[in-house]
Amino acid sequence: MERRVVITGIGAVAPGGTGVKKYWDLISTGRTATRTISLFDPSPYRSQVAAECDFDPVEAGLSPQEIRRMDRATRFAVTAAREALADSGLDLAAEDAREIGVALGCAVGCTTSMEAEYTVLSDGGRHWLVDPGYVVPHLYDQFVPSSIAVELARLVGAQGPVALVSDGCTSGLDAVGHACDLIREGSADIVVSGGTDAPISPITLACFDAIKATTPRNDDPARASRPFDATRNGLVLGEGAAVLVLEELEHARRRGAQIYAEVAGFGTRCNAYHMTGLRSDGTEMAEAVRLALTEARLDPAAIDYVNAHGSSTKQNDRHETAAFKTALGDHAYRVPVSSVKSMIGHSLGAIGALELVACVLAMRYSLIPPTANLHEPDPLCDLDYVPITAREARVDSVLSVGSGFGGFQSAVVLARPERSGV
Amino acid sequence: MSAAPVVTGIGVAAPNGLGTEEYWQATLEGRGGIAPISRFDPSGYPVRLAGEVPGFDAAAYIPSRLLPQTDHMTRLALYAADAAMRDSGADTAQLPEYGAGVSSASSMGGFEFGQRELQNLWSKGGRFVSAYQSFAWFYAVNTGQISIRHGLRGPGSALVTDQAGGLDAVGNARRQIRKGTALMLAGGVDGALCPLGLAGQLSSGRLSTEERPDHAYLPFATEARGHVPGEGGAYLVLEDRDSARRRGARVYGEIAGYAATFDPAQETPGADGLAHAIRRALREAGTDPQQVDAVFADAAGVPELDRTEAQAVTAVFGARAVPVTAPKSLTGRLYAGGAALDLAAALLSIRDGVLPHTANVAAPAPGLGIDLVVGSPRTVTVDCALVLARGHGGFNAAAVVRRAH
Amino acid sequence: MNTNHTTQFTIDDLRRIMRESAGQDEAVDLEGDILDTHFQELGYDSLALLETTSRIAREYGIAIADEDLDGAESPGALLQLVNQALTRV
Repeated sequence: MERRVVITGIGAVAPGGTGVKKYWDLISTGRTATRTISLFDPSPYRSQVAAECDFDPVEAGLSPQEIRRMDRATRFAVTAAREALADSGLDLAAEDAREIGVALGCAVGCTTSMEAEYTVLSDGGRHWLVDPGYVVPHLYDQFVPSSIAVELARLVGAQGPVALVSDGCTSGLDAVGHACDLIREGSADIVVSGGTDAPISPITLACFDAIKATTPRNDDPARASRPFDATRNGLVLGEGAAVLVLEELEHARRRGAQIYAEVAGFGTRCNAYHMTGLRSDGTEMAEAVRLALTEARLDPAAIDYVNAHGSSTKQNDRHETAAFKTALGDHAYRVPVSSVKSMIGHSLGAIGALELVACVLAMRYSLIPPTANLHEPDPLCDLDYVPITAREARVDSVLSVGSGFGGFQSAVVLARPERSGV
Repeated sequence: MSAAPVVTGIGVAAPNGLGTEEYWQATLEGRGGIAPISRFDPSGYPVRLAGEVPGFDAAAYIPSRLLPQTDHMTRLALYAADAAMRDSGADTAQLPEYGAGVSSASSMGGFEFGQRELQNLWSKGGRFVSAYQSFAWFYAVNTGQISIRHGLRGPGSALVTDQAGGLDAVGNARRQIRKGTALMLAGGVDGALCPLGLAGQLSSGRLSTEERPDHAYLPFATEARGHVPGEGGAYLVLEDRDSARRRGARVYGEIAGYAATFDPAQETPGADGLAHAIRRALREAGTDPQQVDAVFADAAGVPELDRTEAQAVTAVFGARAVPVTAPKSLTGRLYAGGAALDLAAALLSIRDGVLPHTANVAAPAPGLGIDLVVGSPRTVTVDCALVLARGHGGFNAAAVVRRAH
Repeated sequence: MNTNHTTQFTIDDLRRIMRESAGQDEAVDLEGDILDTHFQELGYDSLALLETTSRIAREYGIAIADEDLDGAESPGALLQLVNQALTRV
């Protein structure tokens, strides 16, 4: 019998607030959480804006020991996971731990702590031969981001397959795709999945400055991320985490769990073209979308909402607009498309999971979050991007896509499990 | 679901040999690659030995366009991936458009590159940071670069499970093939032998501070005192069995079974995560323990970890019921690359009917109950081998490779 | 580092920095007459050019505006841009 995967719990740490409710309050009202960076002095950098989380680890319930050993990205993930587990109603003690897995996405790992430790070991960058006398006990865990998956596995008591999926900016979607594979093939009944990243650090700013990927619009931080707008000039970094409890459908039904949506299809392709560049026609993203739709056994016309990658770079927004037209045909012009990155920035390995949570909520509340700051559409971006204000609409099936450095292109389709034809 | 995928190509970059046959010859002859670190001055560190890949002239193997944008370990990965593709003789142009993908394991990323750019930033300022820093250090870099170089447009991914990664990446490739992709380039090549990388590895508490190269990494020995870090690893070409057969490919063996598990927190008694991974992988392969001819061990080189690994092996196979070996005693531990290299060794054992020995170890510690291959290689028909890998924090992975018929 | 305003930035300087920044495509002869050849044809994509111009800016202590860079599509145009910037230093 075919094993199907459903979402039974969600949790989020996002710019604008900790918890799914605050996240939804922000994006459903079209407010933006982008601002001048406050985590450190951004004045030496070309781009000085980001969407930061006002995250207090003590308030979030982390213990002093957890705070000491965990990077910011790990704290986000653990906090979001606790919310998602509570939301799922799972009684972990009653589950077979060997049937529980973890598949978490993360692009840049514990980069904030790594950089901080680097400055100590090198005495502020003065020495190539760093001083091992200053090594902290958990340094290895900061260097190898599987440590983040370890923390989640410990939290849920997982004894099944556990992995960190690090596919750049598609990590959050790809982790969910990986989790679905594990459940469908029978390697696990429950997989705690999602994505986390806390990339707002000097080295990340500097390297995005160097390729001019981030916006220099420092004078208007709240309107700095403007996907599909003719005046967009780069992405705004974000941070955060989203965790989704994924469960085999019959397992969820047996315990009477709430079911938000089925993860009905997943597709991923590489463009094999360029580490940072995109082919203008979006061929591989279109192929990833086709794959996801095929797996979901849905026609393009069944998609009620497209959650775009919409990173607000010149190149991306045209690339994916072209991909939607290829993959969805005429339906691309009819279906609402929006980018929550206009409000919460681009949190690299977390964003795919945060966007899936947005999709789940759009289905639940019949409300499509808008693309904020879209006032003057790019003539080459000519779809319905739900500008400025959220739109009420029944949403039964959703497509969410992502695109990342390394050439990764991924797509996830969420649908109601009781839909016809399956 | 189709039959188990087959391995048709192997590419190796190891501390005791650049190239598959160089590595294999050195391994069978007991020539090791552990030596004093040469790429930086390690005299300020309590650990001064490592397994560095010898004679790697990047300019000879890597297109000049890629040199400024790649870390040393990515260059090694590009070498190994290219070698595996050549060895397989596969022509991706003959495959369906999205019929080939890449699955890599990663642990620390391009750390030497990253350290240099951190130094540029902190000593000189942001404008001295390279445009390539945005991807050259990150964990997905090898997957992306390999995909681009070989035009692999199918599924691509990077898994991070510390030192279990080499098996997890191949396990994932196996899964992609069973879902319909014709060919996957899969494995891991890793290494962070730079001042910052070594500092991080030191903090794991598992490095050996012994200064004699032939005494530093002694898995399963009474005198085991940690491991020596190394760099390198292997890529394998996995293909759908029918597709490989159609083109008349030479087949090293099949990836018959794979499983991954996670250890519960240490305070939980009776934990047997590794044994469970072994049983699951055997079940997937449809193989009884009696049919397994050899075990390539994870071989942590830390007494407590060696003991739990031996317990898992004896729990499944019985005491001294199957030869166990650790050729990585010659290379050091290669992080995300180590288990991929062990898969290569297991496939070569099947090909040549010989099991490499665990170098520098005279005998396993008393009470471990394992038949450790020591002293010299053992001539034995190998039809089926089990490869084990474990990662820091509790990752376990097991893969079964078998002669293909 | 040379910030002397009499410095001339020559095509050979540019060739050296191009090689350091992004190597050289096997099919391309950088030693030929490349002044008016499009960077794309020389195998230098936008990423390679960002690295190249950023190295020039660092080494010669100059700043080049984003808008100006967009127009510099060949080595000759980039040379001119750099030399103009050098006279302003």
